[in-house]
Amino acid sequence: MIKTEALTKRYGTVAVVDAVSFTASPGEVLGFLGPNGAGKTTTMRMLAGFITPSSGSASICGHDVDTDPLAARSCLGYLPEGAPAYGEMTVRVFLDFIADLRRLQGAARAQVDKAIERLQLQSVLNQTIETLSKGFRRRVGLAQAIMHDPPVLILDEPTDGLDPNQKHEVRTLINDMAGDKTVIISTHILEEVEAVCTRAIIIARGRIVADDTPHGLAARSRYHNAVSLQLGRPEQLAMARAAVAALPSVAAVEVNERDARLTALPRDGASLLETLSALTNSQGIVLKELHLEAGRLDEVFRTITA
Amino acid sequence: MRNVAIIMRRELASYFATPLAYLFLLIFLILANLFTFYLGGFYERGQADLNVFFSYHPWLFLFLIPAISMRLWADERRTGSIELLMTLPVTLWQAVVGKFLAAWAFTILALALTFPMWITVNFLGSPDNGAILAAYIGSVLLAAGFLSIGSLASALTRNTVVAFIVGIALCFVFLVAGYPLVLDAFRGWAPQFLVDAVASLGFLTHFEAISRGVIDIRDLIYFALLISWFLLATAVVLDVRKSE
Repeated sequence: MIKTEALTKRYGTVAVVDAVSFTASPGEVLGFLGPNGAGKTTTMRMLAGFITPSSGSASICGHDVDTDPLAARSCLGYLPEGAPAYGEMTVRVFLDFIADLRRLQGAARAQVDKAIERLQLQSVLNQTIETLSKGFRRRVGLAQAIMHDPPVLILDEPTDGLDPNQKHEVRTLINDMAGDKTVIISTHILEEVEAVCTRAIIIARGRIVADDTPHGLAARSRYHNAVSLQLGRPEQLAMARAAVAALPSVAAVEVNERDARLTALPRDGASLLETLSALTNSQGIVLKELHLEAGRLDEVFRTITA
Repeated sequence: MRNVAIIMRRELASYFATPLAYLFLLIFLILANLFTFYLGGFYERGQADLNVFFSYHPWLFLFLIPAISMRLWADERRTGSIELLMTLPVTLWQAVVGKFLAAWAFTILALALTFPMWITVNFLGSPDNGAILAAYIGSVLLAAGFLSIGSLASALTRNTVVAFIVGIALCFVFLVAGYPLVLDAFRGWAPQFLVDAVASLGFLTHFEAISRGVIDIRDLIYFALLISWFLLATAVVLDVRKSE
């Protein structure tokens, strides 16, 4: 469980994080979205106890990060931005060092090997971290964060710089682990939010500007319930456009001439699929593809944070 | 306490992960011997003691100790690993003390490797071994004092070269604080008690007192306070600037 109340960080007179309040409960995977410089990393650093808040408070599992930092950090697995580590250490020695500081002894020590297995680090255990590829380094950082099976995980851009396969692996890992944990990940990859998050918070200029499920956010898009049609015969494009635009339930039509594609935006949330399907039949418009859009997160993101 | 030991062990191992540590030990031993035999005229003096050997230590340390301490915190900040360390269940003072102790243990090892010098004087004559032990203790304390200053210098910057140079400058000021070079800057305007206070801060006076074989509790307290103060300052600086 993570709770923040009016969490604020000022540098001089500039509030980098401005009165951020939210609660994340076990079972939630919370995505932190926002443009670069919006305050995502600063917020996470305050939660992890690396930066002291200027005002407001934050707690991890009920332990205040400022007044009871050690208890808060014990319940927390944290992957800092860029997954920093001690480059001259081998993976094995580095993970053992973390395990020592985490007091993983006796039977609990086996969790280190479990983390190694989970992140498939067996092949690089005796290599120094500075010689590893970006993907392996990120995985070492993740192993370090999860080895003590913490109830709260905070991962700052866990998939940044990874190739699509590695991204997929990390997302699967997060989904597997989520269970009864509270997880916060920051990202600016929107597909990631849909893939792993149960809830998304969008931050811009240090403030929370949206807090919703990924589905709810997509529904704010003007493309929500829009219907897109790809025509089989490009020469019908002008005719089809006029016909679709004439419908009373269509608010606007967007045209992509290269793909011969029309996107009809609904007026007042009207349902367009059936209407359009009927229209194309009656007008003899040949379709290659017809589909209903759930909404475009990137468009919502741009509208909210611009 | 266990965390201090864990952090110290990691830090000490990191010295030996690169050839730097061996290079340092080699340079230290070569210079210590050169100074003693050539500049100090060890044989020409015809005395079975290690006074010349120890008298060059402050000047040797002035350049070599900041080279050890420069990486302590500057590197952590440059690579970002400080963010990892400071978000583990570790307190700031455990980290500061653990790293300081690692650097200290390393210099003690360097000093211990000068043992052939001690064998030599015992072979050539019958020196006062108690005085030699006291002088070694003096050197170990002097090294600790320099390291604590170097630790602060390293916490002030992300750049190891800057940490090295600032370390040398600060160490030099403390080394010669009891000499006219520094005192004259205060004599013109400062009250006598302040001049006396600055004079008593100098490393050399305390080091030479111990090197003569007299271990005075006041000299020990001086080193303990000075080291504590600089480590505290390191912690304060890190607390404010760690995330910058």
